[in-house]
Amino acid sequence: MNMNILVEVRKLKKYYAIQGGVFKKRIGDIKAVDGVNLKIRKGECLGLVGESGCGKTTLGKTILRLLKPTKGHIYFDISEEIKQEVEKLEESTDSNSQKLQELERTHDLSNFEGKRLKKLRRRMQIVFQDPSSSLNPRMLIKDIVGEPLTVHGLAKGLEKRERVINLLQRVGLSEDHLFRYPHEFSGGQRQRIAIARALATNPDFLILDEPTSALDVSVQAQILNLLQELQSDFGLTYLFITHHLLVVEYISHRIAVMYLGRIVELADTKELFENPMHPYTQALLSAIPIPDPEVRSHRTILKGDVPSPIDPPSGCVFHTRCSSAAKECEERMPDLVSFGDEHYVACYRMNHK
Amino acid sequence: MELGVKAWKEFKRRMEPRLKEVKFSLSRVRKSPLSLAGLFLILLFVSIAIAAPYLASPKHRYEPYRIPRDGYSATPRPPSRTHLFGTTEGQYDIYYGVIWGTRTSFRIGFTVVGSILIIGIILGSLSGYYGGVVDEIIMRTVDTFMSLPTLILAMALVSALGHNLDNVMKALIIVGWPPYARLIRGDILRVREEDYVEAARALGCSDFTIIFKHVLPNAIYPLLVMASLDVGAMVLTAAALSFLGLGAPIGYADWGQMISFARNWIVGPPGNPLAYWYAVTIPGLFILFFVLGWNLLGDAFRDILDPKLRRR
Amino acid sequence: MAKLLEVKDLVTNFYTYEGVVKALDEVNLEIEEGKTLGLVGETGCGKSVTALSILRLIQPPGKIEGGKIYFRPDGKSSKKSSYLDLLEQSEAFMRKVRGDEISMIFQEPSSALNPVYSINDQISESFLLHRRRELSESVVREIEEKVDKADSILKKIVYKMKRGTYRKMLVDENSFLLKFLSGIPVVSSYNGWLKKSAKKETIEILKKLGVPHPQKLVDRYPHELSGGMQQRIVIAMALACHPKLLIADEPTSNLDVTIQAQILDLIRKSRKDLGTSVLFITHDLGVVAEMCDRVAVMYAGSVCEISEVKELFKNSLHPYTKALINAIPKPGGKGKLKSIKGTVPNLINPPSGCRFHPRCPNQMKICRQIKPELTRVENNHLVACHLFTGQR
Repeated sequence: MNMNILVEVRKLKKYYAIQGGVFKKRIGDIKAVDGVNLKIRKGECLGLVGESGCGKTTLGKTILRLLKPTKGHIYFDISEEIKQEVEKLEESTDSNSQKLQELERTHDLSNFEGKRLKKLRRRMQIVFQDPSSSLNPRMLIKDIVGEPLTVHGLAKGLEKRERVINLLQRVGLSEDHLFRYPHEFSGGQRQRIAIARALATNPDFLILDEPTSALDVSVQAQILNLLQELQSDFGLTYLFITHHLLVVEYISHRIAVMYLGRIVELADTKELFENPMHPYTQALLSAIPIPDPEVRSHRTILKGDVPSPIDPPSGCVFHTRCSSAAKECEERMPDLVSFGDEHYVACYRMNHK
Repeated sequence: MELGVKAWKEFKRRMEPRLKEVKFSLSRVRKSPLSLAGLFLILLFVSIAIAAPYLASPKHRYEPYRIPRDGYSATPRPPSRTHLFGTTEGQYDIYYGVIWGTRTSFRIGFTVVGSILIIGIILGSLSGYYGGVVDEIIMRTVDTFMSLPTLILAMALVSALGHNLDNVMKALIIVGWPPYARLIRGDILRVREEDYVEAARALGCSDFTIIFKHVLPNAIYPLLVMASLDVGAMVLTAAALSFLGLGAPIGYADWGQMISFARNWIVGPPGNPLAYWYAVTIPGLFILFFVLGWNLLGDAFRDILDPKLRRR
Repeated sequence: MAKLLEVKDLVTNFYTYEGVVKALDEVNLEIEEGKTLGLVGETGCGKSVTALSILRLIQPPGKIEGGKIYFRPDGKSSKKSSYLDLLEQSEAFMRKVRGDEISMIFQEPSSALNPVYSINDQISESFLLHRRRELSESVVREIEEKVDKADSILKKIVYKMKRGTYRKMLVDENSFLLKFLSGIPVVSSYNGWLKKSAKKETIEILKKLGVPHPQKLVDRYPHELSGGMQQRIVIAMALACHPKLLIADEPTSNLDVTIQAQILDLIRKSRKDLGTSVLFITHDLGVVAEMCDRVAVMYAGSVCEISEVKELFKNSLHPYTKALINAIPKPGGKGKLKSIKGTVPNLINPPSGCRFHPRCPNQMKICRQIKPELTRVENNHLVACHLFTGQR
């Protein structure tokens, strides 16, 4: 079961400090990611679903170390033994703390700096939501796509140009586009350029941060198909972040549902859509507008808004909007528990069944 | 031959997008006649500066900036065949003074604004990109400088450093950089949040590359507009210092000083108040048109470079 | 059902540096009273330009170049209640129509609300603009009650004076005397009554929309509210004067699904309560399926198909509509999505003839030459495609 895990996140927390007053004292935290455990298998596409402000983008950026995590571990292609050793050492606190530090420094991505970090960056890349702002408007396409090659010293001169052309062709563009500026392209083409740039270093792991949300439906289909092709051709592993459930159903193997900085449900795509267990997932699924007027589905419309992550509700973060909240929900946050066949849910209601 | 054609085609293909940008910029300038007037004025001054040795051949061979004088009488003399624009107090030749003064003005303008740009960009970038303590220190320094009146601070500095043109420029640089640092900091804060900067970081680019390749090229344009407006303003301030006697050594070709010479002759003798008009008006007009030219050109730059108006 | 709005051969162009953007090329639409028409299409196909053209809000470099927009007002802003061509009316008339007869909800609620005014100020503004007379009436009634109850003579005199001004307002809203009085600092306080009664109306409409705690909410500022709540305020502003037509321009595109469900529910309910017709602009076919009675599909500046919702999803005729429906991910769907090859054309140099022909799987020779007209194929099903026009 633990075979072939490429990326693993353990008890990851990312807090943003809120500063106030004259002396910029820390007066509170925005708990964007609050204790997330997640395993991403080699070659799979894991969908990360949630509403805006639930911390899904922060989680993605933290895994990529664009943000420094507040606490927790990020392992990229590390064997299970080492992870367990770190865990063991952590539990037995003071003893061997030097060994623990050494292990963390060399294996835990959340502690990487400088060269070690740069080396790993070659293996993981990101594609952003808005292709109009993710490409530098003052650079030519050849420089944008070629930049990763230069930065990592992978290719120079003619060889670099050759590889850039190959990449462009791979994503459905051509050599003619080399000497153009980003603003001369349509949204879908720009997203193709961004994908080409992300693929330049031959990465293993790609974070796709809402790559189709800014695109039109017809173009969205093109990009999704392209991403699927690329995944099978290059054996890529995806973390697909989105708020669009139908898109994620289409492309992902497994789906994790996030609410207010925590993962509330994790299951196989089919399983999740057929048998959603967490009340939030159920509400989310029933809220999707279905493109078929014959099916006017029965809706569970959630009341209220998502609470502020500065001061999340006590206990289960969802209890303020949950229709079946009990007293214990207000007291403790339920853990993510397995309910058969790789289906994990964090809800007390399920425990009692 | 065929190779040449191929190379030319390749070259054309490469240059096409850049050419399009230039064409677009020119079309923007063409739409505003005032910008063209500004461009014309500045080009005129540039040609005067370049052709100075031919327009007014220096009398003192190794000190071309020393204005030749014709006698020692205090009263200015009106334009004549020997002195095209007349002479000012102390019989300094006005024509020679304003021609060579053009060079001085360009030197002051470019040196001061150039240095300010460099200092402002470096400090502003550090402050904006890194934030935190660095930002606090630099920005509080900026605040301190900006709370002092510019001209008075510059006067104090020149008095302390000693009266000469180099010190005037140094003083102007010292008082001039803070607004630049602040402006570029703001723009860098804006650009820093853009996705392409984050993408560059995800690629593993170093901070240096990110600042100079991704952030600055997208943040620098408002600064360039301000700089082009400031070339004129700096010359004006330098002239003001010269007028107060804190500028170039006496007899040096400098517009501010020429007006300073004419200070006592602004109003003529009773009954003929305009008797010495040339002494103050001619250098005054040169300063006026020089500053006006840069201001108009600055507006043109703003039209060209305004990212909101550009099609991005 | 009677037609409320009919757009005929509407042409709007934008004159930019690169050339003339032919944003709308003979758009034809009809909205029936009390019905919802969905306007679907991809970015840049002219959905929003159509909406702005109907309200005559196209700013330079844009210009409405031709066509007719027939609208039947309620008789609120004009005595006649027959069809008027909005493109021929004066700007002053249009100002009366906007917000009163036709109002609009925008995509981005945070930029549709002015951050320096409270919620009350923003909603009551439309009452103060369009409902001055009704407000004055209620104020007069209120003052009359007070006059009877007033205990001192002085108070009575003040009340009577105020009543006088409001009666004046009833006779002539724009009288010089009132304008003069409202310019004098202390005297202008008579306006307070008007504002108070506008606030009452504001709270009333918020209550009707099911917004929790309207009394407290009206004194807050837009930035204190969440995106969903802001959009509700925008909807309240739009519905304040019971318009005959509500134009909703992607009202939920920036909201989360759960909030979107709330807002859609709200629009659906208030449409039923007020009997308002809705022009619902969106790119999301799922939302269309839920919200609309009829759908118009737009492509590159013209309408290519109009039909009832169920008919459209079951039996779409235009190749673009078919492709669009196939391109969206559907629940339970697997395998490859069918994308439409190519990209949306540049509207400076649109393709000749039918603008969809370069991407069309069944293009014919005629498609390159002649633009197909919107033709009735079946009862209530209109298509602009040579595949159908030629045969029938």
